[in-house]
Formats: sequence, structure tokens, C-alpha cells
Amino acid sequence: MTKKMDDTQRYERLREAVGNGDISRRSFFGLLGSAAITTGLTGGIMTTMANQARAAGMELNFEGWGGIVSEALRKHAFNPYEAATGNKVIDATFGGENEVLTKIKAAGSTNGHNILHSSGVNWYKRWVDNGYGVELNEDNIPNIKNVMESIIAPFREITPNSLSAVPYDYGTTGIAYNTKYVSEEEAMALGADLLLKKDLKGKIGGWGGDWANRAWYGALQSGQDPNNIQDWDAVWDKAREHRDLVLKYWGSGAELMDLLAKEEIYVTEAWSGRVAALKKQGHPIAYMDPPNGLAWMESMFVLKGSPVAAAEELLNFMLAPETAIAVAAGQNYPSSLDPTKVEMPESVSSLPAFDPTGKLEGLVFRDPIKWNAAEKDQSKKWNRVKKGA
Amino acid sequence: MGDATVGLDRRPVLLLTPAFFAIIALVVIPMAFILVYSFYENIDLAVDKVAFQFGNWKEVATDSYYHNAIWKTLRISLTVTVLAALLGYIPAYFIAMTKFRHKWLLLLLLILPFWVSFIIRTLSWIHILGNQGALNGLFVTLGLVGEPIRMMFNEFSVMLGLVHVFLPYMILNIYVSLEGIDGNLEPAARTLGAKPWQAFKEVTLPLSMPGLAAGSLLVFVLTGGSYVTPLILGGPSDFLFGNLIYDAVVTELNWPMGATLSFTLLVLLGAVVVIYSRFMGLNQLSKAFG
Repeated sequence: MTKKMDDTQRYERLREAVGNGDISRRSFFGLLGSAAITTGLTGGIMTTMANQARAAGMELNFEGWGGIVSEALRKHAFNPYEAATGNKVIDATFGGENEVLTKIKAAGSTNGHNILHSSGVNWYKRWVDNGYGVELNEDNIPNIKNVMESIIAPFREITPNSLSAVPYDYGTTGIAYNTKYVSEEEAMALGADLLLKKDLKGKIGGWGGDWANRAWYGALQSGQDPNNIQDWDAVWDKAREHRDLVLKYWGSGAELMDLLAKEEIYVTEAWSGRVAALKKQGHPIAYMDPPNGLAWMESMFVLKGSPVAAAEELLNFMLAPETAIAVAAGQNYPSSLDPTKVEMPESVSSLPAFDPTGKLEGLVFRDPIKWNAAEKDQSKKWNRVKKGA
Repeated sequence: MGDATVGLDRRPVLLLTPAFFAIIALVVIPMAFILVYSFYENIDLAVDKVAFQFGNWKEVATDSYYHNAIWKTLRISLTVTVLAALLGYIPAYFIAMTKFRHKWLLLLLLILPFWVSFIIRTLSWIHILGNQGALNGLFVTLGLVGEPIRMMFNEFSVMLGLVHVFLPYMILNIYVSLEGIDGNLEPAARTLGAKPWQAFKEVTLPLSMPGLAAGSLLVFVLTGGSYVTPLILGGPSDFLFGNLIYDAVVTELNWPMGATLSFTLLVLLGAVVVIYSRFMGLNQLSKAFG
């Protein structure tokens, strides 16, 4: 197994585990101490050895969302792929695709970046528009025939002649709430306005990493169609109303789970798979998608300059039904495979946002044309609103 | 004349040359790039146009959003510096004055935190101050409070995190300064009738000022340039100027504005160093380090 993970990521995983009650606080501090000593004593030697080992074969650098998502990919996709092919997948966690774009731009090349767990068609468009796409040969990815047509179509609209990514999973950003403090009836009645409930001041969270997520909910709360926002001021007024109630804007899935598990917050918008993971761990957290809630699809994007043949081989491996299903169950997000072509087990069909029809008609996705056009001005606005402006 | 030429010592020049070129290559040239970039124009996310225009500078000069951030950064930096000075002097004094045979052990304890990542040290406060953290657990177990007290994600936790991370710099500077003071001076003051507190106040404290000032300068500048601590430990309104730079560069992908803000921060913190130099003299830094 080849795994690029620094101390901070190790710590975050450990912290996530203790937050979820998987290990005791005593064990946590014991492991933390051991990790510090081990890092101090052996870090340099191990890094050198690992570098030498990596130099031996074909390598693909993968960047994703970390936490349970990366764990599922590592366990169910990358490890079997490495065993089957002898190639190596070096996986790392990013804070968001803008972080990767910043690094690539600063370095002036895509060296060290091959495949991204890219979120949304809007980012697919951005990568392609910036000239970072490749032309995948779908003949080398035969398992793509099992992928839902409805999930591929938005990508083909942007690059009609060829794809630079394969859609891999989808989910929603709905609202998570602690059932000890908020009843299901109340949550359903309030919908998106649950995030604005004044009684919960200081116990509400929000995702700070994506302006569009905040704007989507601001649109819902101000009675607008998120894909056709006419009054941006109303959107940001609602974001301000939300901000004044917020304890913390979380910046990662691990932090989201930690805040909910520790009851630092009772209500927040949340990623469906992370909430599903919390529920499995026994936390009293429920999840709902308000009407017109935000859905998204994720793809495995291959960056220009990557070894395309090896990347295609990996993508085909990842889309094999047994792999895709295992990953879906592990990361708690439904697979992009068409459930009318590939039978999904209960572990997948019971996941939030799962669409048994394979048409995704019940989900509302971001229109990349409209959202990307607004991003320059509105992301700046959000950064100011978030800080009290 | 011939002897003078032969006797010209070139060693200082030779010794300083590598450092000079390193500073040119690693500091001056990158900063020049940043300055040039601040005049570029951001067309769209991650798309910049080569230009020579002052739009970014004008925005920073006229927008109160940035002025508030500067004020907040200076206020928090000053508070953290004062807290670190107050909290740091006592252990530094203790380490310098102790007769403990293994003083090296105390110094080792002081630098031990540097073995652990700065981010991990910052995150550790969540397990101490959080709802289910050690302190709240203790308070609830002892029956002091019915439910956890909110201690996290506010300005208090941000300052605490900053003091925690930068305190060793303060202690080390003061310690080095104290260590250089002649040990006979304070007893001499006592023999001349000074009370212990008076001897400390009028002899030791003034002589340790270079270390205290150097530590304060370091803590102030390091705090002023921070952005991770507010991200981890702060709430929505807890941010420093560095967070604005992060927003511009990483989330808005607007490098020209990020460059402008970076240079603004450099000028601000540079001004602090100039003010320090005006009142203390930069040569005091070398005294602080012995």
C-alpha cells in the first residue's frame, strides 16, 4: 500500500475516530504520544525508504476528499488495483479543488497531480476551460457502459467529443440535525429555514469552503430558484442571518462529523454520506433534503500530463461493479453505475439520495453555466459576508 | 601602502556572500515578483492579465473591509504579545535562575513542543476546551456546571492558541537575555539595601529588556502573519489579515489581489520592525541572543 499522508492527516483521522466514539480518549492520547515519538525517531528513514520504493514502478497521484471517502477508495479500489497491476496509487487529501488549481498554477505544471476526485460539473468545466483536460479513450474503459447516461450527459455537454473524467458517485448537501434537540416534524416543516432557527443560536454550523453552497441555501431561504437567482442581495442577507447564528463554519468532512458527533452543533447543512456514516456509528443525527436541495455528482478527473493509459486502466478498474459497489457502500455515496443495469445491494440502495431509476430526475444539480459565470464576484462577496461584512 | 593592501581582510565578505545571495534569491526576488503581480489584473478565477494598474492597491486603500482586518490583526497581535510576555517571563526567569543541575532538561522541555506539528498543537485545544473536552468533562464531573460551557470557536480560543504556539519564542528570548546578566548584580543591589522586588525591578528587568523586546517583536510579527489558528479555533468573525490573503489566493483564485494584500502585510509588519528599531535599536536583537 502506498499512502501519502502527513501527521496532520493522521491526526485528523484519529480525531475523527475519537469524535465518533470509535476509540476512547485514553487510547487517543496514547496513540497521539506514540505517533509523535515514532515520527520523531523514524520519520526521516521511513520517508527515504518509501521514496525509493515508489521509484520502482508506475505511479498515479490521486487527490480526494479524505476521511471515510479516501478510506473506502484505498481499501476497495486502490489496494486491489495495485495488487492486480503492480502500479501504485499515491493518494492524498485536498481541501478543495481550488487548492489544487492554486498549486498547479504556482508550479506551472501538473507534475505530481494525475487524478482528482472532482466535485460537480462546474469544476469539470473549469478544469477543461483552463486547458487541464485530456481525451480519454472510452474503448479502454469498457465498464463505462454501465454508468448512468443521465450522469454522463452533463459532462458530454461540456466536452462533446470526448471525456476527461468518468462520473463516479453522487450525493446531496442537505441538512443534518440532532434528533435530541430537533424533531423530524419540525425539521420537515422548516426545511431550509431550519438553518435560520434563532433558538439554536450558537448551535448551528455551516460549510465555509464553498460560496455556492451558501448561496444555494440563501436562494432557497429567500424563495428563489437556485439555478436562476435574480436577487443576489436577498441571498446574502439570508447568509448574514445564518452567519449570526453560526458557531463554526466547518472546512472538511472530518470537521463536520466531529462537530456533530461532539454536539458542538445541532444543525448544519451536511454531505449526505458523512451523515450516513454518523448514523451508522450510532449518533442521533438525522438528515433531510429540503425541496430543491443541492445535489452534486463527482467524477474522477484525469489531468493533462498524466499517463493516460494507466489512468484509463485505473478508472475501468474503479468502475467494475464489484469495486464501485464496495466503494459506494464504504464512502456512503451512491455509485454512478446505472441500477437498472447493475443490481445494487441494500447497502447502496439504502443510501441517501440513491435513485433506483437511474435517471436522477428527482435531484437538482448546479447549472455550471450560470454558477461559474457568477463565481468571480459572488465568491468574493461570500468571503466578506462570512467574516461579518 | 603596500602593507595595507596585503592586510585587507576579505574573510567577512567571503563569509557573508552566500547569505547575501541566499537572501536575494529566496526573499528579495520572490517579493519583487509579488510586488509586480500586485499590478496585474484578475479577469476571471485563476485568469490574470499582465498589466500595470493600481486597481488592487486602490481597493485596499479605500475599502473599510481591509482596514477593519488590519485593525483587528494589530489588536490581536498586541494582545497576544502582551499575554506571551507576561506568561513567558516567569518560566524564563525560573530557568535562568534555577540551581537545578539538569537545566538542559528544562530547556529541552521548552523546545519539545516543536517536535509536534504546529497544526496538531493547535487542534489539541479542541480536546481541551470543547464541549466534550477535558475541561468541560472535569467541570461537569465535579458538578461545577450542569452543561458544558462554550469555550471554543471565539476570539478567546484563537488568542489562547496563538499564545500557546508562540510562547516558547518569548521564553527562549527572555531566557537568553537573563542568562547573560552578571549573577552578582542582583545580590550587589541587595547588599546596597534594595528589597528583592526592588532589585529585580531596577536591575534584572531593565537588563533583560533586550530579550523581552526581541521576544515581543517575534511574537507580534508571527501572530500578525498567522491564518491557520483562526481557521481552526475561531468562529465566523475571528480572522486575521492572513485569512484575507488565503481567501484571495486560494478561494477566489485572485492572485493579483492576494499579492497586493501580501505586500500590504509585509509593509505593516515591516513598519513594526522599523518602529522597534527606532526605539530599541536592531542591535538589541543581537544582545538578546547573547
